Amino acid sequence: MGKNILLGHGSGGKLSHDLIKTIFVKQFENPILSQQTDSAILNIKAENIAFTTDSYVVDPIFFPGGNIGKLAVCGTVNDLAVSGATPKYISAAFIIEEGFPMKDLETIVADMAAEAKKAGVIIVTGDTKVVNKGQCDKLFINTAGIGILEEKYTGISTGRDIKAGDKIIINGSIADHGMAIMASRNFGNFQTDIKTDCACLNGLIKEILDSGCNVKFMRDATRGGIATVLCELSETHKTGIEIDEAKVPVNENVRGMCELLGFDPFYVANEGKIVLVVAGDDAEKVLSLMKTHEFGKHSSIIGEVVSSNAGKAILITEIGGKRIIDIPAGEQLPRIC
Amino acid sequence: MKYIDEFRNKDIVNLLLKNINNISKKDVVLMEVCGGHTWAIQKFGIPSLLPENISLVSGPGCPVCVTSKKFIDHAVALSRVKDVIITTYGDLIRVPGSTSTLNEEKSKGADVRIVYSILDALKIAKENSTKKVVFLGVGFETTAPPSAAGIINAKVQNLKNFSLLSSHKIMPPAMGALIDEGVAINGYIAPGHVSVITGTEIYEPIPRNYGVGCVISGFEPVDILQSVYMLVKQFETQDFKVEIQYKRAVNPEGNIKAQQVMNEVFSLRDDWWRGLGTLPLSGLGVAENYSEFDAEIMIPVEVEETKEEKGCICGEILKGLKKPNQCKLFGTVCNSSNPVGACMVSHEGACNAYYRFNR
Repeated sequence: MGKNILLGHGSGGKLSHDLIKTIFVKQFENPILSQQTDSAILNIKAENIAFTTDSYVVDPIFFPGGNIGKLAVCGTVNDLAVSGATPKYISAAFIIEEGFPMKDLETIVADMAAEAKKAGVIIVTGDTKVVNKGQCDKLFINTAGIGILEEKYTGISTGRDIKAGDKIIINGSIADHGMAIMASRNFGNFQTDIKTDCACLNGLIKEILDSGCNVKFMRDATRGGIATVLCELSETHKTGIEIDEAKVPVNENVRGMCELLGFDPFYVANEGKIVLVVAGDDAEKVLSLMKTHEFGKHSSIIGEVVSSNAGKAILITEIGGKRIIDIPAGEQLPRIC
Repeated sequence: MKYIDEFRNKDIVNLLLKNINNISKKDVVLMEVCGGHTWAIQKFGIPSLLPENISLVSGPGCPVCVTSKKFIDHAVALSRVKDVIITTYGDLIRVPGSTSTLNEEKSKGADVRIVYSILDALKIAKENSTKKVVFLGVGFETTAPPSAAGIINAKVQNLKNFSLLSSHKIMPPAMGALIDEGVAINGYIAPGHVSVITGTEIYEPIPRNYGVGCVISGFEPVDILQSVYMLVKQFETQDFKVEIQYKRAVNPEGNIKAQQVMNEVFSLRDDWWRGLGTLPLSGLGVAENYSEFDAEIMIPVEVEETKEEKGCICGEILKGLKKPNQCKLFGTVCNSSNPVGACMVSHEGACNAYYRFNR
């Protein structure tokens, strides 16, 4: 196969064929992909289908706790799962820079396969393009995902049923991913053990939904951090939100790095965190259920939907002061996902 | 986290608030002259906790905000020169110049790089010996010593392709000028990190000449509230002096070595401050002995004529005469995604902090 990716690996000829067979089909191994047809033929019977797409350009492509491939699968699975859907099928398209090490591609693809298996999704179709050196940065991945959505969950992605008294829950510490990326860029010469929180959350979400509790809204707090989710939620629904800063979990190492660099963890990216809005009466039940799950151990009720301050997300600061949470104007960090 | 948790302790905050409420009788206006304080005050929601008779106003303490358009225009002009790499602290790239920003020039192909320290800029210079690397020096007594140390470092390393475009300023002339202009201030919350370098003496003329107290303050909520308490006490007893609240970091002499480095590399010159105009001996230019590292001399460029924004009241905001929400551009034409005035650009700017946390 050679040590590095050549332009020919994207030509559609023999090299392409070999690459697809020995890396992609081998790792993603499933009967639909093995057909190697132009389209994956999916037999779906469902009331609704959730359909999502995303592109991954993270720099660096390997970082503590993950890589671009794992991120691509988790990101796609989570986008489907937070919509209330059961993720089923994923596509994966690779844009690879000429000269990219074959070994790294194998590692990334193997991680994607492993993550997909864990999440119970299959990668059914894909594409490979190779571009001249300098025309992309190492490797970009585009994915799409399809999930099955039961009628009763169709309100979750928009949060159409939220109302004052609902509680806001997060499934653990914030800002880990963004800060892990910063650290792995050797930004400020930090030596830290911060790892990305990148994980597929469909298992956790399924348990929550299966409990029958009234979940009104879910969103994964990726770029823009939880601040963006909270602002969008309050703005879209013209409702007030109050968040208690002291209840929002932030790991000490992440907090330290944020303090030093002047980042607000509320605005830093996550890749394994969901913000949930749950009916007030069900909040404690959901919380204790979440705490029993691998990706929800440090879950916390961080605030609630209120009838005052319509359209605004208000933070009760750790010293008891009040201020608004604003949507970030620009990127705090470039290319984090 | 040590040095953080105890200074954000809610019980201590409440105790301080109780004490402030007990002693504060008259209306009092306190000005913070450091963007770090502006930001912390808004971030922690401190105004929502103070009694109504205590007003906190923001002064000209954000380095980005007081930087002249001319400086940005100069940096823009340099960025257009072939083989020049501009290195800068992040906020500056969004500050509007007369007709462009560094960000805009970057999108057109200029090599503009954000660094966290002048040492990163020196590294870039070493790695790019065929290019000319310019570091944009902004800020007060806090960022000037590292810039000076960077230049000394460049000299030691015999770096021929590195220079500094200095807009460094010193704080005391502006604090005096504000009172001279008739801005009603009853006390200054003075920047602790400036005094880590300079010590306390630079503020002595303020109580002496103007009858206004100065408390040198740290940046955590407990620091700020304790400073408010100290200033209110000074005001209520009419006993104005320079006091150090930030005792864990500031000693009265300051950092002698940093002062020496600054005096070695920079010389005082008249400088232009947004909102205050030209203040005598308030700026730091690269000293003659180090002119080989002065971008103004080493890379001559033609700088466009400065055009000021109409309707923008940054000047009055920087003087504490008006609050950001009294500007007709605030929140509409001028917001954090599309800053018109410099006060909206930096997160330390009064308008930006107000927009993000308090609108």
